[in-house]
Amino acid sequence: MANFDVIFVGGGPAGYVGAIRAAQLGLTVGVIEREGLGGTCVLWGCIPAKALLESSHMANRLKHAAEFGVKVGDITLDFGVAMKRSRDVSTKNSKGVEFLFKKNKVTWIKGTGVLGAGKTVKVTTADGKSETHTAAKALVIGTGSRVKGLPQAGLELNKTTVISSDDALVLEKAPKSLAVVGAGAVGCEFADVFNAFGTKVTLIEVMPRILPLEDEDSSAEVARSFKKRGIDVLAGAKLSGAKAGKDGVTLTLEVGGKSQGLVVDKVLVAAGRATNVENIGLKEVSVQLTEGGFIKVNDKLETTAKGIYAIGDVAGPPMLAHKGEREGLIVAEIIAGHRHHPINYGNIPNCTYCHPEVASIGLTETQCKEKKLDYKVGKFPFSANGRARTAGETEGFVKIIRDAKYGEILGAHLVGPHVTELIHELVVARENEFTVEEIDLAIHAHPTLSEAVAEAVLDSMGKMVHA
Amino acid sequence: MATKVFMEALSPTMEEGRLIKWNTPEGAAVRSGDVLAEVETDKAVMELVARGDGVLRKQLVAEGTTAPVGTVVGVIAAADEDIAALISGAAAAAPAATAVSGATAFAAAPAAAAPIVATSGPDTPVSTGPTRSSPLARRLARASGVDLGAIAGSGPGGRVIKRDVEAAVSGGGAAAVSSAVSRLPSTVSVPGVDFTDQPLTQIRKTIAKRLSESIGPIPTFYLTAEFDMTRAVEMRAQAAALGDDFKVSFNDIILKAVATALAAHPEVNAHWLGDRIRFFNRVHLGMAVATDDGLIVPVIFDADQKGLRELSHESRELAAKARERKLTPEQYTGSTFSVSNLGMMQIGQFTAIINPPECGILAIGALEDTPVVVDGAITVRKRLRVTMSCDHRVIDGAIGARFLQDLRRMLENPLMLVF
Repeated sequence: MANFDVIFVGGGPAGYVGAIRAAQLGLTVGVIEREGLGGTCVLWGCIPAKALLESSHMANRLKHAAEFGVKVGDITLDFGVAMKRSRDVSTKNSKGVEFLFKKNKVTWIKGTGVLGAGKTVKVTTADGKSETHTAAKALVIGTGSRVKGLPQAGLELNKTTVISSDDALVLEKAPKSLAVVGAGAVGCEFADVFNAFGTKVTLIEVMPRILPLEDEDSSAEVARSFKKRGIDVLAGAKLSGAKAGKDGVTLTLEVGGKSQGLVVDKVLVAAGRATNVENIGLKEVSVQLTEGGFIKVNDKLETTAKGIYAIGDVAGPPMLAHKGEREGLIVAEIIAGHRHHPINYGNIPNCTYCHPEVASIGLTETQCKEKKLDYKVGKFPFSANGRARTAGETEGFVKIIRDAKYGEILGAHLVGPHVTELIHELVVARENEFTVEEIDLAIHAHPTLSEAVAEAVLDSMGKMVHA
Repeated sequence: MATKVFMEALSPTMEEGRLIKWNTPEGAAVRSGDVLAEVETDKAVMELVARGDGVLRKQLVAEGTTAPVGTVVGVIAAADEDIAALISGAAAAAPAATAVSGATAFAAAPAAAAPIVATSGPDTPVSTGPTRSSPLARRLARASGVDLGAIAGSGPGGRVIKRDVEAAVSGGGAAAVSSAVSRLPSTVSVPGVDFTDQPLTQIRKTIAKRLSESIGPIPTFYLTAEFDMTRAVEMRAQAAALGDDFKVSFNDIILKAVATALAAHPEVNAHWLGDRIRFFNRVHLGMAVATDDGLIVPVIFDADQKGLRELSHESRELAAKARERKLTPEQYTGSTFSVSNLGMMQIGQFTAIINPPECGILAIGALEDTPVVVDGAITVRKRLRVTMSCDHRVIDGAIGARFLQDLRRMLENPLMLVF
């Protein structure tokens, strides 16, 4: 039994960042987390997946080592080792958060919390003990989301043949064949990883193209690259039947009006996440949900119950760690009574870390068309960029969509080397309402990948130099 | 040992204070705790007390002066101590103290050149420097002819960003002409005679700042009233019976009543100028006219001085010229209050958008036969619904309501318009 100013339920990126900031603002803070600190992001998402993608990237790069004058002997791939390394990275990051908690005097209450009346949380600890904690100022729900599988399509997760990304992250070895169902960011990243480790990968997407939320040009560029590397990309494919056996799964797909069968060792379900809103006492404390199953919040992240806030995946889409982190920071400032800058939900970058990487901000060209905006497009290929050539990574492009009249950067879509880093120039530009002219005025160092951004901007203004 | 007297933060939110009155004259002995001066904060009038013993050697700011918190406003020292260095140091450090000691302070500044200062953002005091704005906002403002300085920014630190410019532009016709209207032709206004500039009191500043934060550049509220026009209808019929020379429209009668009421209520006949409010002693009535090109607001100058016939003639002429696009800039700039009438289009009631820097606009609905209860019996009367949009930075609810009360008396007793 302890009293805090604020209790965060859930120690993922939203909750732990919020907790640290709240502590820095002078509040006493408790965080209830049953697993490790850092949540899905650190343990089962962003971090371990990126560690595996480094392995896959290295494997792909080594295939070309000889061209760089570096001869390596036979390359052997061991997914188990890559997996263990990714777990180590996750653990280190989680320990890092623990250290930050200690440094900032945030208390980690290890257990599962259920909300009760009067801003209390009943916590059942790992050893079965029960204790109640009280928050004087606020309770913040950041319980996140989980993979949910596609039971309606016959793909009930079974941890052996029908697996989630959580399961894929702890596989001891790469399967011989794998169908990845859902070609969003998660699906594309795992397709990339397992392809590099020698798995025969089929990437299945019901929408007409992979990465359906990205610009059409980005989808096409990644699909081209994947196909070149031997990933079977089936977009516009409807899953009409699935039969999971002991050693494999048989899928029936409708592609282009034709039915086709597919037998694979494993199916990775990379579509659909469910919010963790059950069994935490929401109804009892009058926290209402939206029709989509998220916790209903206003622009101050307040739920329908007084003194209870929600942040991160449970508080609504997009389900992105950096969106949750920002909500964590903001909620801490709100609770501490500080001024806060409202979150600009229209300016949250999207990054997919497969190879080539994909990053975007703002509107796609299709969305600009639908909104009947008067826009101009500028595009620059990495194949014309000096630095990309030196690295031998010339796939992809920078695409800038700008307002025809005022030069506002309506959207930016990047595919290629390190574009998940390059995108931030455009995020900062949009956040500060810089137009293409301000980007052009800024001198970009040579030779850098960033020059491709400057050139795409120039192209949108009709004065590209290097292509 | 000399003690500096600072403008202290006398309320938690105080950023600056106005020294209303020095209680201690220069040269008088003071002891720690003595009340040196009265200071008006954003909330109330507070006492500024001495923090040391000695003689109040120097008052560094004059009564009526506003100074930011932290400004040295005086020096307490021993009678024979040399305080020259202290005084010159304080003077150099306090350029931010602005003299707003009275209406005459602005008399010297020609109206046309008076800068219109944007209310800065939440954390920053009102600044007279160049307006902070994003590159995109500047580009949009330039293209749409909006004066950035007249827009309150909602970005970080009060920066004017895209949505602020868009909001100003979507103010419609009103905002589109705002840059033109924001400066009065110097030929029609004589400071101190035709208008009075009143420096903002701290409470006015707080109201302006808080309400702008809440609802946008112009914190507008609306007052709706229903007037009984039966007598005005009768009067118009009687006048028309006298011959063509006496034919006037209802709109003319309303314009006359509004102008007359405005003359009696300078508190709603005003311009918001960012750092002060200009109350007009003359009534220049804007009347919104729909043209094929959009809304334009020609002005009937000194409308309160004109008889019904003259007003009727002028309003008809201005409307015709507006539709023919023959208005000169002088004819659509300088209004102090506006009226917009959609009654002829059978709109029962609506709200109009304030034409800044004006602080109010009256939206006139249609004259309708309405069953009402008079002396306990239901009877059919000619009723008119009007809605006044008020800029809350200048007009408080009760003030707007009092103006409408007078307007009601005049329109319900149109004989008053003759006097």
